[in-house]
Amino acid sequence: MTDKTEFYNGNTACAEGAIAAGCRFFAGYPITPSTEIAERMALRMPKINGNFIQMEDELASMAAIIGASWAGARSMTATSGPGFSLMMENIGYAAMTETPCVVVNVQRGGPSTGQPTMAAQGDMLQARYGSHGDYSIIALAPSSVQEMFDLTVKAFNLADKFRTPVFLMADETIGHMREKVTLHENVEIIPRRELTEGELPCAPDENGICGFGTFGNGHNIHITGLTHNEKGYPATDSAELHERMVRRQVDKIEKHRAELTDVDIINPDAETVFVSYGAPTRTVRQLMADMPDKFGHMNMRIVWPFPDAELEKFKNVKTFIVPEMNLGQMAKELRQYTNVPIVTAAKLGGALHTTEELLKAVSAAETAKKPVTEVRL
Amino acid sequence: MKTEIRFSGLGGQGIITAAVILGRAAALYAGKHVVQTQSYGPEARGGASASAVIISDEPIYYPKVTNPDIYAIMSEEAYKKYGSSAPSDALMLIDPGFVSSRPSCKYYEVPATASAKEKLGKTVFANVVMLGGILEATKVVSYEALEKAVLDSVPKGTEEANKKALEIGREIIRSQQK
Repeated sequence: MTDKTEFYNGNTACAEGAIAAGCRFFAGYPITPSTEIAERMALRMPKINGNFIQMEDELASMAAIIGASWAGARSMTATSGPGFSLMMENIGYAAMTETPCVVVNVQRGGPSTGQPTMAAQGDMLQARYGSHGDYSIIALAPSSVQEMFDLTVKAFNLADKFRTPVFLMADETIGHMREKVTLHENVEIIPRRELTEGELPCAPDENGICGFGTFGNGHNIHITGLTHNEKGYPATDSAELHERMVRRQVDKIEKHRAELTDVDIINPDAETVFVSYGAPTRTVRQLMADMPDKFGHMNMRIVWPFPDAELEKFKNVKTFIVPEMNLGQMAKELRQYTNVPIVTAAKLGGALHTTEELLKAVSAAETAKKPVTEVRL
Repeated sequence: MKTEIRFSGLGGQGIITAAVILGRAAALYAGKHVVQTQSYGPEARGGASASAVIISDEPIYYPKVTNPDIYAIMSEEAYKKYGSSAPSDALMLIDPGFVSSRPSCKYYEVPATASAKEKLGKTVFANVVMLGGILEATKVVSYEALEKAVLDSVPKGTEEANKKALEIGREIIRSQQK
């Protein structure tokens, strides 16, 4: 088996990354600008003994990948904002039942059906908080076609290792542009840990992770979205049990923030530091190439959990600039971890930030005193 | 060395396919860094269509075309939107069957649609005729690279016609360079 180099769009690379990671079950309801993922899966799955199923809607798509996961498959769906909203109920079910699965959201302009063909990053907080109750989540953000492949692989490994739904928060720009991409044949696979004999299905190991009782392997287990005890049976009237279960599910991610950090840091000694993810990272990198050594940059490949510990590396920072294709969603998260003034460079409508617009934010940064200042581009 | 190429015209003329083929040639068969993008709207056949390719020896960060060096324009509407603002040092290839305006920069008239219809019997080859023209006028990739990319992008059974289309485009430019 050898690696192949192709000239693909981000969505096709995502589908190929899923296949390389061993995904053999895709359920989805096509939606612009994610449709090429479903198209690629429909083409490829039957040829590799996998399953592609076009569901009646996104609620059912999410339910189907949860079921497939419990049957042992690495499973995925792909959507955009309107579908992501419809998946939220079952995303909570997946979080509560600790079901590994991957949800790709190729973001477009919202709210509602918004701008189907235009890029946005407006679903970042929905990814973190969209379903009800307290839970934690893992989300990744690709900024190149190669990362659409690589981070899809990573999403499956993190989903299995931490027994959680993992989101790939892409956007229309990255989903539809074409670049050279290396399709690795032999990618690292970190499988989920199978439940062992005598082990209780909802009793965590030292990392807070439970063994996975794959259906059909004779485990006799019970899966429920109700608060459950270590046997997996509903136990909804114990305050102590509920708190222990919810905290354990949150901690299995939050206590592994160091392991769940994936950032690129450039010029950490700079006074003006860009914090970005996804498509705007491309503009920041262009500016850094045009004006070397002037600015610092933290690109986040894992956005949830937020890599707060990395902020300490910017010892001289006087201002953080956060260019986002939303009204400052991750800037709000950044604010929780720093007293350094933040300039948000929010851009809506679908066009990518230009380097000139970033320089406008730099000018605003020179006088920024308030905790958060929005520069109008 | 960085070259930005903008294709524009009407949906159905193969504007996006042309950019993908050129990008593929440069990325896979010429070892270049390439990003291909398109203005992506809900419209289909008959609406405005535009796509772009950046070809560079260095990694490409900003993925969108800002100042095209080369324009291939296949509708008057596209000329007004993209071509009329072309700088004087740009190079433009226009299909005179669809574009009546002429730019102030250097340009070639490439009757891609008419020659595809006349010599190959189908206008569907017009975008590959245009690609042949771009190749000859700019040498942005080698002939071998472009031919390979054309051949692995087109439907089986149309390889010979597409090779002819490339040659028709090249000859149109050659005849204007003499």
